[in-house]
Amino acid sequence: MANKDDIKFLSNPKIGQKRKKYCRFRKFGIKYIDYKDGDFLLQFINEQGKILPRRITGNSLKYQRKVATAVKRARHLALLPYVADLLK
Amino acid sequence: MRNYEVTFIVDPVLASEEIKATAQTYVDLLKSKGCEIVHINEMGLRQLAFAIGKRHSGSYYCVEFKAVDGTFVNEVELAFRRDERIIRFLTVSLDKYGVKYNEDKRKGLIGTIKKKKVEEKRDERNERPDRRGNNNSGPRRPQPAAVEPEAPATTEDQA
Repeated sequence: MANKDDIKFLSNPKIGQKRKKYCRFRKFGIKYIDYKDGDFLLQFINEQGKILPRRITGNSLKYQRKVATAVKRARHLALLPYVADLLK
Repeated sequence: MRNYEVTFIVDPVLASEEIKATAQTYVDLLKSKGCEIVHINEMGLRQLAFAIGKRHSGSYYCVEFKAVDGTFVNEVELAFRRDERIIRFLTVSLDKYGVKYNEDKRKGLIGTIKKKKVEEKRDERNERPDRRGNNNSGPRRPQPAAVEPEAPATTEDQA
């Protein structure tokens, strides 16, 4: 006979839950986004080199704009590619 | 006084002294325009993300300086455009956060902070509970622990 505790979760109860998105710049108090830091900006682009939408990154509008300009500047300086395949 | 930053890529085909001399000419040019040099950052030889003029690598320089106003920009950029040794350049005005960021980076504060942050994200957020616990002790602490088992799956999916 199975214990009550064992049959409590037949399926993972966490599966349907959504993780709350947050703006990492607001949370950690980052005020300036460096366009020379290609590795950091890599978090905000997909493997084709496209800028990820706010929907996915969770950035606030203010910082999403800054991220976008930083990525564009980095592209101009050939720190990030304009187009790529399998960037990550 | 306003703060500016100019980043440029020097042709790597040149000898290393020539590269340095090229960078130095632009520093001198800025000085002659009445700019006050704050810092010269030699980022060194880097691989370009894409070929520019059949060059696949370049020597990056970043000069931070103060200027009275933006009148120097046109003249300096014209010099950059005319110079064949310069592959790319970018002039940016810095806000107060940018100035502070550069200062902190020179002191070595930024690199560590950012790296830690990046690691945190990749390390299945193991460090985060401590951080949260420090910031606001008590009620929030159990929460991250409860969420933790789920964390690796989602991060892997994204990666």
